[in-house]
Amino acid sequence: MAKMEKYVKSEEGENSLPAPNISSIKNKQRRGEAYRDMKRTLNKEKKKAKKRQRQEREALGDKAPPKKIPKTIENQRVYDETMVNPEDEEVAQDEATDETATYFNRETTPKILITTSDRPKGRTNAFCKQLKKVIPNSDVFYRRGLDLKKVIPQAIEKEYTDLVVINEDRKVPNGLILSHLPNGPTAHFKLSNVKMDKEIKNHGESTSHFPEVVLNNFNTRLGHSIGRLLASLFPHDPQFTGRRVATFHNQRDYIFFRHHRYQFRNAKKVGLHELGPRFTLKLRSLQKGTFDSKFGEYEWVHKRHEMETSRRKFFL
Amino acid sequence: MNFENVLRSAIKINDVIKKGKMAARMNNVFVGAETGILKGVNIEKQSWANLNGAKMVDKSQEISAMCWGNSQQTEVCIANKSQVVKVYDTEAADFVEEFDFKGGTGSIKGLAKYDNAYITCTESGLIKVWKDNEECQVEIQAGDNINRMRNNPQCPHLLATGGKENDLKIWDINRPEKPTFAAKNVRCDWLDLRVPIWVLDLRFIPDSEKVAICSGHKHVRVYDPKCGQRRPVLSMEFDEHPITAMDLVNDMQTVIGNSKGTMALVDLRKGRLVHKYKGFAGSIRSIACHPTMPWVTSCGLDRFLRIHETKSNKLLYKFYMKSRLNCVLFSKRITAETPAEIDEIDITVEKDSGRSGDSDEDVWDTLDTVGGSKPSKRKQNNTEDIDETKKNTNEKKLKQNLSV
Repeated sequence: MAKMEKYVKSEEGENSLPAPNISSIKNKQRRGEAYRDMKRTLNKEKKKAKKRQRQEREALGDKAPPKKIPKTIENQRVYDETMVNPEDEEVAQDEATDETATYFNRETTPKILITTSDRPKGRTNAFCKQLKKVIPNSDVFYRRGLDLKKVIPQAIEKEYTDLVVINEDRKVPNGLILSHLPNGPTAHFKLSNVKMDKEIKNHGESTSHFPEVVLNNFNTRLGHSIGRLLASLFPHDPQFTGRRVATFHNQRDYIFFRHHRYQFRNAKKVGLHELGPRFTLKLRSLQKGTFDSKFGEYEWVHKRHEMETSRRKFFL
Repeated sequence: MNFENVLRSAIKINDVIKKGKMAARMNNVFVGAETGILKGVNIEKQSWANLNGAKMVDKSQEISAMCWGNSQQTEVCIANKSQVVKVYDTEAADFVEEFDFKGGTGSIKGLAKYDNAYITCTESGLIKVWKDNEECQVEIQAGDNINRMRNNPQCPHLLATGGKENDLKIWDINRPEKPTFAAKNVRCDWLDLRVPIWVLDLRFIPDSEKVAICSGHKHVRVYDPKCGQRRPVLSMEFDEHPITAMDLVNDMQTVIGNSKGTMALVDLRKGRLVHKYKGFAGSIRSIACHPTMPWVTSCGLDRFLRIHETKSNKLLYKFYMKSRLNCVLFSKRITAETPAEIDEIDITVEKDSGRSGDSDEDVWDTLDTVGGSKPSKRKQNNTEDIDETKKNTNEKKLKQNLSV
């Protein structure tokens, strides 16, 4: 209201009576006009103020005060004591001897088994094919109604290092289980916003080169475990000639997957060509050992009502 | 000059050692980690420290069982996966002894100390008693897949074992041939199917011969060897995940924790849930209640040590310990300053219990004597006698309770 009155005054000058409140104009058309008028002038004033500010900054040159950093949920994050310090000996030793360490010590080369929940429908099948394109040295198998507990020993016998299971609900893929073999851990993700390559505008065709893997913002102890689990899906030594890159970007506990081919346009600019697919993961639980929903021990479980106390608290 | 420098440095080193010793003496909670590291927590200072360096140990030395080395709780015994028992002295702030207790296969699942003898139990079910670092004659075969062995803190020669498809057995070291009590499985369920057995943790209930167990098939059970029944006298189910750890608050209540990070207080008289504790993210591996204070501490795979108030499910402290934690021991000493307070609390509790116990006798004291105003000498003497005996009984009770 205050703004409106100010606007009316400035238009009609100081001598005239203050104009009536816009909302008290009975004619709808005139009321709308008055409102639009008001908006226009307010915007003008705002632009003027910004321009003035910019000019002041330019005039001051180097002496200008530093720009204020906008507050976001991420940079206002609640302090997390599990944040890993890269120089921490104990954590480093823990990681050097954990279940995924065989991959990082180059003792095993990744071989991935991709399967689905029983009787997958069109979209889930398509997603599996897409995943096979992204992850080198992976095989897609039809589930044939087999129990996961029967699949796992067979997979271990055939020297698979990871098991990926896509779950679907109403023909839409909605869950992803990622189990490292032979000793776990097992992560359960919620899967959302799946976009196949064909649904992405101007998508490129994937090549069979080993991709580079980018893992962003996996900074807590739990984040480290998940990051290591995701990294161990892809072979060592990316083939840089393929210029292929797979990205797992964690932001606010949502892990965004993107798949690109890059090109250095000049010394400064890089062009990205998205190859697809796209999807988003959110961690539901991390379990010690291979998949066992009944007797498995959980290392971390997301408990919505207990843990989601603050919008600014993140776990990865 | 040179000599002075040497002296100074010696004094400095002494100071450092003293500080270390002080710090070790002040630790209230000892935690054994999956990485083999023993950690000491000081609740008052809200700090913790590794008592053996991260470089000294690896995963093969994963701590699988812990117990106190003496009744003053100045020694902590830790058993690890490679069947080695180490003794940590809190006064000297260092490991003082190391024993190689080989026998059977698998890690040591139970460790106890009794009259300078160590009792170990491996996963394969071999219980051995070791005296003066030499094997004693006592050797018990408790069956395969043992998950836990504990001894009765009040009569330490009694042991209880249990594991997967290996129901509760109570053993007497003095009679190692046969268990003194072997539990019998419960009756088949309503579909006439056998109920599987998987004992994950057990505790002796104080002041009785009863034993409480928790199982991987989410049961909490109480066995009473005295009642002549081999089946449990109480069996209840809790939640939907294996109950991995338990400790008794008193003879009526127990705190249990499961593999999905739910910890709860359960009443053993009716088998009912009292309340749950909040704040857990992962499986609970070990729970320990303080003997006098109403505090309960727990640790597990989420790498946190948490201390809750037992009666109100309030979280008092939590410590991030960097490694997955396996075992926890809660020292009876909380601070150098608080013992007076603790005593007070104890005495008030004792008084209360005394009152409730002797309430019918008190009624007689308050009543006026009927009849003559002056009771005869004999009567007076009698009443004095009664008073004295009453005092004696009360004192005895107090002492008993304190010793508990």
